[in-house]
Amino acid sequence: MNLPTRSIAPQAPAGTFGQPGGAGAPGFSMRQQIAFGGLLLLLVAVPIAQWLDYPFAVSFLTRFAIYALAAVSLDLVLGYGALVSFGHAMFFALGGYVVGISAFHVTDAEPLFGWLGSNSALIVWPVAMLACGVLGALVGMLALRTSGVQFIMITLAFGQMVYFLLVSLQAYGGDDGLLMKRPNTLPGVNLANPVVMYYVCVAALVLWTAFCMRLVDSHFGMVLRALRQSERRAINLGVAPHSHRLLAFIISAMGTGLAGVLWANYALLVTPDMASWSKSGEFMAVVILGGVGTLLGPIAGALVFTGLEQVMSALTEHWMLIVGPILVLVAVYGRSGLLGALLKERHV
Amino acid sequence: MLLIFEQLLNGLQYGAMLFMLAAGLTLIFGIMGVINLMHGSFYMVGAYCGAFAIIQTGSFLAGVLCALLGAGLYGLLVEVTIIRKLYQRDHLYQVLATFGMILFTNQAMTLIFGRTPPMVEIPPMLSGSVPLGGGLEYPIMRLALIVVGAVVAVGLWYLVTRTRVGMLVRAGADDREMVDALGIDIRKLYTAVFGFGAVLCGLAGVMAAPLLAVEIGMGERILITTFVVIVIGGVGSVRGALVGALLVGMVDSMGRAFLPQLLQLVFTPTIADALGAGLVSASIYVLMAIVLIVRPKGLLPARG
Repeated sequence: MNLPTRSIAPQAPAGTFGQPGGAGAPGFSMRQQIAFGGLLLLLVAVPIAQWLDYPFAVSFLTRFAIYALAAVSLDLVLGYGALVSFGHAMFFALGGYVVGISAFHVTDAEPLFGWLGSNSALIVWPVAMLACGVLGALVGMLALRTSGVQFIMITLAFGQMVYFLLVSLQAYGGDDGLLMKRPNTLPGVNLANPVVMYYVCVAALVLWTAFCMRLVDSHFGMVLRALRQSERRAINLGVAPHSHRLLAFIISAMGTGLAGVLWANYALLVTPDMASWSKSGEFMAVVILGGVGTLLGPIAGALVFTGLEQVMSALTEHWMLIVGPILVLVAVYGRSGLLGALLKERHV
Repeated sequence: MLLIFEQLLNGLQYGAMLFMLAAGLTLIFGIMGVINLMHGSFYMVGAYCGAFAIIQTGSFLAGVLCALLGAGLYGLLVEVTIIRKLYQRDHLYQVLATFGMILFTNQAMTLIFGRTPPMVEIPPMLSGSVPLGGGLEYPIMRLALIVVGAVVAVGLWYLVTRTRVGMLVRAGADDREMVDALGIDIRKLYTAVFGFGAVLCGLAGVMAAPLLAVEIGMGERILITTFVVIVIGGVGSVRGALVGALLVGMVDSMGRAFLPQLLQLVFTPTIADALGAGLVSASIYVLMAIVLIVRPKGLLPARG
């Protein structure tokens, strides 16, 4: 795995609680129990599914892990930064398109600015995340000049710009997107094997979630939460709101980009639809479903959302008729999401 | 010159339609503080109901009536069952609930009206075109849309500034607790404004039905543009919605007409066409980003 955790991690005080597998405190908190239990489930899900002979399970679980990764990233800005971004699908799409375009230049096309493209995960994945970070910085700098409903709308607008840009990229398939011949190469890891792909996605999810948990427990995360509680008070205590929010936005963009990278490797297809506003809406739904500002909650939210999609679409063609009202019920009655009540003690 | 004039009219027509949607949306946000993603769904419901009635009866008037009724009743139903519970909640939950309702409405419309888009003929009294001098012929249907938009604008201005209901609406936008304390049933007022917004959507939907394709998904496309309009104009302000709608309408139609030609001066035709299509679609979002960066509250914010 190649996660650029080093850039921010030093800010976290050493030995903070919050990582599955870390902390040796006697007796485990509810949060740790859920984290351990969840991790165990992630690891044994595939063997169990194979034992039960359920053929679509691996594909479904991979999709879930990727959604969960995007949702955890979005929760960082949504839950801790209190920034309702309605355009996060643009980072999902950009991550995917960097993978797709790099592969495209290897097999089909002429060099891009003298670069022959690449299929190596060790090169492409960090480049994709970096690109998402740069886009995140650009969008964040402009969007953070506004707040409230204007912030929601300006992020939506940037998402739409990326969407239409991708549609107009005729060289890279336009509306139809790009098909990839094979997934990226990672030394010693065969990404073409669905089970291996699943475990890579789980590894990315676990590492990224652990990183995000450290981040929100660090000084940086405290400042974010202080800003969410009362911006005026935090500013008077000497906090610069803009730079902290911007950094959170950038990190979140990179995580969502990584999810896009994994999606491209899983589906072997990148389309402009990855940047559509309904994709942003889905990510938001997943976060709220699981519990805003809990980091672990959105993972459960992703499981329920992709699970609903899987089960309902098998049952009836009109599954939206059921999923739509469920989302409404969650919004109206489920104030803290599925796991929000259990995880509340620390993070809301 | 002729082309420019024609595109001006096209922009005006698109702006008039956007205004009918944006006026309701901006009132709903300004007064109740609700982000209503379903606004596009009401437009779609109106268009479908109108198209259904027109095809069944052959009368455009019946279509208009049916569209207003259908969209209005659906709006009232949604307000009473769902939106009412979300007034005091964070925007996030309003977005999720109305997003869920979009999924539901789209699927329900597919179930009720089927997948084939209904074709609506332009009614005989509005078909054909009129000469506007200088050799320019302009379709009557489009002119009718401009006229309806203007009537709605004037009517809204009168309603908001000159009537008791309008006074309550303005008061509610400024300080809802005070209005409540003065003995006005604020819930009824909210329901009425929401229903009225939905009725305007229905009107826009049925007027657009003969010009645009009536299909699932038409609501979302126009919804996002409508949001761009009210954010540019200043959220909560009807005047802002009018300015924003006209601006977006003009930018869109001018861009569609002239941007590809401008790009051809620099690029080869194939590149210019592809790039132009993308840039035109993105142009209103660029406009919105610029407006928000220069004036974060929009051009004509509701207060202050």
